[in-house]
Amino acid sequence: MLSIKNLHASVEGKEILKGINLEINAGEVHAIMGPNGSGKSTLAQVLAGNDAFDVTSGEVTLNGDNLLEKETEARARDGVFLAFQYPVEIPGVSNLQFMRTAVNSMRHHRGESEMNAAEFMKLAREVSKQVDLDPAFLKRGVNEGFSGGEKKRNEIMQALLLQPKLAILDETDSGLDIDALKVVADGVNALRSKDRGILMITHYQRLLDHIVPDYVHVLAEGRIVKSGGRELALELEDRGYGWLGIKDEATDADSALSNSAH
Amino acid sequence: MATTEQEVNELIKREYEHGFVTEIETDTFEPGLNEDVIARLSAIKKEPEFMLEWRLKAYRRWLEMKEPNWAHVGYPKIDYNSISYYSAPKRKEDMPQSLDDIDPELLRTYEKLGIPLHERAQLAGVAVDAVFDSVSVATTFKEPLAKAGVIFCSISEAVRDYPELVQKYLGSVVPHTDNYFAGLNAAVFSDGTFVYVPKGVRCPMELSTYFRINAANTGQFERTLIIADEGSYVSYLEGCTAPMRDENQLHAAVVELVALDDAQIKYSTVQNWYPGDENGKGGIFNFVTKRAACIGKNSKVSWTQVETGSAVTWKYPSCILRGENSVGEFYSVALTHNYQQADTGTKMIHLGKNTSSTIISKGISAGKSSNTYRGLVKFGPRAEGARNFTQCDSLLIGDRCGAHTFPYIESLNKSAIVEHEATTSKVSDEQMFLCRQRGIDPEQAVSMIVNGFCKEVFKELPMEFAVEAGKLLEVSLEGSVG
Ligand SMILES: Nc1ncnc2c1ncn2[C@@H]1O[C@H](COP(=O)(O)OP(=O)(O)O)[C@@H](O)[C@H]1O
Ligand SMILES: [Mg+2]
Repeated sequence: MLSIKNLHASVEGKEILKGINLEINAGEVHAIMGPNGSGKSTLAQVLAGNDAFDVTSGEVTLNGDNLLEKETEARARDGVFLAFQYPVEIPGVSNLQFMRTAVNSMRHHRGESEMNAAEFMKLAREVSKQVDLDPAFLKRGVNEGFSGGEKKRNEIMQALLLQPKLAILDETDSGLDIDALKVVADGVNALRSKDRGILMITHYQRLLDHIVPDYVHVLAEGRIVKSGGRELALELEDRGYGWLGIKDEATDADSALSNSAH
Repeated sequence: MATTEQEVNELIKREYEHGFVTEIETDTFEPGLNEDVIARLSAIKKEPEFMLEWRLKAYRRWLEMKEPNWAHVGYPKIDYNSISYYSAPKRKEDMPQSLDDIDPELLRTYEKLGIPLHERAQLAGVAVDAVFDSVSVATTFKEPLAKAGVIFCSISEAVRDYPELVQKYLGSVVPHTDNYFAGLNAAVFSDGTFVYVPKGVRCPMELSTYFRINAANTGQFERTLIIADEGSYVSYLEGCTAPMRDENQLHAAVVELVALDDAQIKYSTVQNWYPGDENGKGGIFNFVTKRAACIGKNSKVSWTQVETGSAVTWKYPSCILRGENSVGEFYSVALTHNYQQADTGTKMIHLGKNTSSTIISKGISAGKSSNTYRGLVKFGPRAEGARNFTQCDSLLIGDRCGAHTFPYIESLNKSAIVEHEATTSKVSDEQMFLCRQRGIDPEQAVSMIVNGFCKEVFKELPMEFAVEAGKLLEVSLEGSVG
């Protein structure tokens, strides 16, 4: 479904992705792990079409279509969803209105009728329960004053509403306590389906206790240096990145997170 | 963002929606201004003697006044003798006339603008006074209003039919000596709206005036006077549009509001004069003096404005809070795009005890435009316990526009309390990326973000108009992504 071939990308003239190759089929869950600064978020942003990053060479197709020549919104309508590592706030725009606008944009694109406010409210309430988010959050500004964990659950909620073909989850597990992690994991497991590919970026392996991936890839300095199954994640947990010849000064992920650029 | 130059250009080409011209026969004065012109104007309107004297006094004083240049705007010099001071659709007969006598071309014009005047299509619950160039062409719902005792008519009619009220209040809030444009307006004002709400009456419907400039080379000098007698309430809304023309046109209006004891006036404006094209050619010069006198105790005036049009706007709706416990409010959204310039804000003059005021200003700048908030909060020596809260927020779209804030505070009373908050933010690339990642069009994303920014002001607008205002922002922002 998703096919990435020899993808190179840079930001402000600095090459970050140095030849990524990755194939994801419908129904598969792939985990990408790797130290801070290795390019995980960059890969996610490039796939979603953030033009702060320049693709210098390579090819990406989604179900055979060239993804790289499409605008961000067109990719989204083709089914690419990105759960952001650092979701941004949009003051004054209610979460409910934002989500309804998004859902209706997609429906409009598919030639379906728009959902009215009442219909959408009903749906949104159900889905918010699924991620254990108080419906009061629907009335608040998008991510406005949300805690880290609330933002992440809000992202998963959007994935559940939009039902993408390819869900890219960028460190959706970071900064969560164990209960919240469970909620998010349940949300992601609910997304799992034979028609959907999931690309899960995580810094460390605890999320993978709850969401068992089909494949695990290690990204270091802009390249995938090792791929394997579920057991690779466990091995990384035991041995760190050192045995792969990768420097990882930040073993304490949570403190490192706060210094890393997105 | 990823929207290409070409797409942006296409969007910009989507035209100002109200830019059409109505082909209609008119009586129009030759350009030029002198005492004869004023006498002719007064004669056409069949004004009583006092009115002509009032005008001439203002004119003689105006000749000695200087055009102000302190606002943060720049515009070419206006030649006041190249403007025509009166233009009106030709009438078959003299006034008064019913809707049936109105030229169908005019009715079609208002229909196109979304303001049907004919009884069967009138906006439910909203009475409209339609002002076309220099004259009021129709006023709807007169009868039900009259039953409630509310006078709602053109100011020309009021001058003839209610001379005592007019003589008592006209110029009582904005004297002709107040400023250059107010002086000019006093001399040559042609039409506008008059409202009187008697004691204890809650006006049974929204009142509104729809101003339309049509003729070329004319100025529009309207004058509005609203008097809310003791314990009464009225909500009034004005809307404005003009055709697209390459020459600038002058709109110099005066609005006076008077609130007696326990009276409340809610005054909302949706200003969408032609803003000029994307190169800054043409557009309306909107130089307006709007002021309310809260004379009575416990009286309240709220100004709510959504300003999206005009090439240059110079406007400070103000409140003189004379009555004890009187309240003044100012809620403003001012949006500038391309080469538009807006210098707008308010003055809250606290004279009475325990008076309070609130100012919420939201300025949005896009393109190469310039957007200035200028506000004065003043406390007189007798304003014991008075207080003001001011919040000024600016939102920038792109990096070629400018936002400026000039808050002035003068206090002659130590017990007065002022709170001031100001922020400047940008529609960020991250916000745009989030919206687009969720499948939302860039144009729609900008308009959604801007609407969110304006939420506190929009909720002050009457329901029907809040929706309109949101749509208007969307249209005004077209082509701002790029
Ligand atoms: N917008 C940006 N501007 C400049 N450098 C960036 C930007 N985004 C990411 N980088 C740099 O790219 C590298 C990879 O970052 P990122 O993809 O966020 O890593 P990860 O998600 O694996 O922690 C880092 O060195 C980071 O500083
Ligand atoms: Mg990251």
